[in-house]
Amino acid sequence: MIGYIIKRTLLLVPTLFGVSVGIFLMVRLLPGDIIDILLGGDITATEEVKQEAREQLGLTGSYPEQYWNWISGAVQGDFGDSLRNAEPVSAILRDSLPITLELVFLGLLFAVVVGVPLGVISAIRRDSARDYAARVAGLVGVSIPNFWLATLLLLFTSKVFGWVPPLTYVSPFDDPLENLSQFILPSLAISVFTLAIVMRMVRATMLEVLGQDYVRTARAKGVGKNKVVYRHALRNALIPVITIVGFEVGVLMSGAAIVEIIFGLPGVGNQLLQAIFNRDYPMIQATTLVIAVIFIGFNLIVDVLYGILDPRITAV
Amino acid sequence: MSPRRRYVPEPALATEGGSVDAGAWGAMARRSRLAFLGKWRNPIGLVGAGIILFNVAVALFGRSAWNVDPDEQAYERLLPPSWANPLGTDELGRDTLARIIHGAQVSLQVGLVAVGIALVAGTVIGLLAGYYKGIVDALLMRVVDIMFALPGLVLAVVIAGLLGPTRRNAMIAIGIVITPAFARVVRGAVLEVMGYPFIESARALGSSGLRVMIRHLLPNIGAPLLVLVTTYLGTAILSEAALSFLGLGTQPPEASWGGMLNSSRLYLDLDAWLSIFPGLAIAVVVLGFNFLGDGLRDILDPRLGPSVGDVPVQK
Repeated sequence: MIGYIIKRTLLLVPTLFGVSVGIFLMVRLLPGDIIDILLGGDITATEEVKQEAREQLGLTGSYPEQYWNWISGAVQGDFGDSLRNAEPVSAILRDSLPITLELVFLGLLFAVVVGVPLGVISAIRRDSARDYAARVAGLVGVSIPNFWLATLLLLFTSKVFGWVPPLTYVSPFDDPLENLSQFILPSLAISVFTLAIVMRMVRATMLEVLGQDYVRTARAKGVGKNKVVYRHALRNALIPVITIVGFEVGVLMSGAAIVEIIFGLPGVGNQLLQAIFNRDYPMIQATTLVIAVIFIGFNLIVDVLYGILDPRITAV
Repeated sequence: MSPRRRYVPEPALATEGGSVDAGAWGAMARRSRLAFLGKWRNPIGLVGAGIILFNVAVALFGRSAWNVDPDEQAYERLLPPSWANPLGTDELGRDTLARIIHGAQVSLQVGLVAVGIALVAGTVIGLLAGYYKGIVDALLMRVVDIMFALPGLVLAVVIAGLLGPTRRNAMIAIGIVITPAFARVVRGAVLEVMGYPFIESARALGSSGLRVMIRHLLPNIGAPLLVLVTTYLGTAILSEAALSFLGLGTQPPEASWGGMLNSSRLYLDLDAWLSIFPGLAIAVVVLGFNFLGDGLRDILDPRLGPSVGDVPVQK
């Protein structure tokens, strides 16, 4: 088991390297000279001023040199300073990261807590009206844009209850309830897509497992229906579902990026978008890398979890 | 995503009715490739097809049926729906129905171009990786893995943002972002087809790699590609709306569903209609593509059998 974990972790090194090179090149190779844009077409800017700006941004020297300077700093948590307010990028990330992670976590929690039982019901009542309703709802769930859903939720609570979530960010350590009331709508909005995916997946795997011999054996020897479903079948049916959770974290992070803006939450997505509009290159590189690292990290956890739950994987 | 058995010549079929010459066999194979349309058993797929036909009709003929300039500030501001303005007017006194019609053209264009980019690039990558295997496969798939390491919308936001916020750049960004998905599915399908004896015989008869890819592999991976194109058209339209919502796609004053939704946020209290119609348009069209994809998967993937909203179990 430990060997398996080490192997999976080591396999991440080339991926992380590739991703960081990809981000590095993306920022440099896409058209538009950073310096010209930054100086805002200021034609009085002398070559010296431009050179100085380049040095400040770490844009001098060969690409391998630039990459090395950037990544060696990044590994130590130094991403340079934001161009907008000269604040260290790492400090901005430290403040914004927990917000995005909380959104992703709540979204995932909701999707699993609601999606799994719905999938089970749909499977054990196969081809019933309820099953059809759940399956059509699943297709609707993956089609609704989360930013529209977020807007509708806001509209609904303000028209019906006359309530809107707090507009400035409240830390969960200062006021957990206020924080939760602020996060509930955005995390609901981003979780619907994942909920639908989880539900459909649980239904499919449950149907597969329920048709297997050991389930029939359990029933034949007199185990109750509910016990067979929840003890024998669901446990095995959930294993493949775990693999999609890793991918869904990416979906949830994409969703978080967009609803953070609607709800005025200063998370990573919000920072990334501001950085894009401000052409804040150190910030763009850092946020993108951090998002990738979180996503890859989640997938490692999923892989390891999968190995623990299904010993056949680690044996190979 | 398995190739359909029907594509593989079966001796029992070939000897039916005496000798079948090569030409007749070719015609038969061509006919059988379209035969799947007669096997439509999933009502959801038909609903999806209907929604998409309607959307295409709105994009093509909407302007003739409702001849109102989507950019002209001709009316009173923030009017609720009425006979004169069936969907009301926006914050600048523009007709919402006219803007929704224009948005339908925008979203369809972005969807087609972005999926076109991904289809061509992804098919080439997938064919090369699946046919040559070995080092080519390993290299190409590592690049694909790396692209999968960033959440889709985040990658699209960065590419579109760095290229500059225009609709053309949004199309390119979305196309790039969905290419890996196409590459992976094509590769998987190619690897499966490569196992059939007819590929080996084609190669034994001296067919070049290019010929095998174009004449033998490509026609046999049509089924999974068709499903992929359908569902990713929905995804691309959704992404365009998201990028325009964030100000990185179609730029105001030009009408787009995402852009309309974004500007409506400021008037949420004053006029809720403004935020309902564009979102509804996006949701219905994306739903149409997902419904159609579901219906197509049903008839094209024999492992599933007829069922609504089913997903194949991944192993």
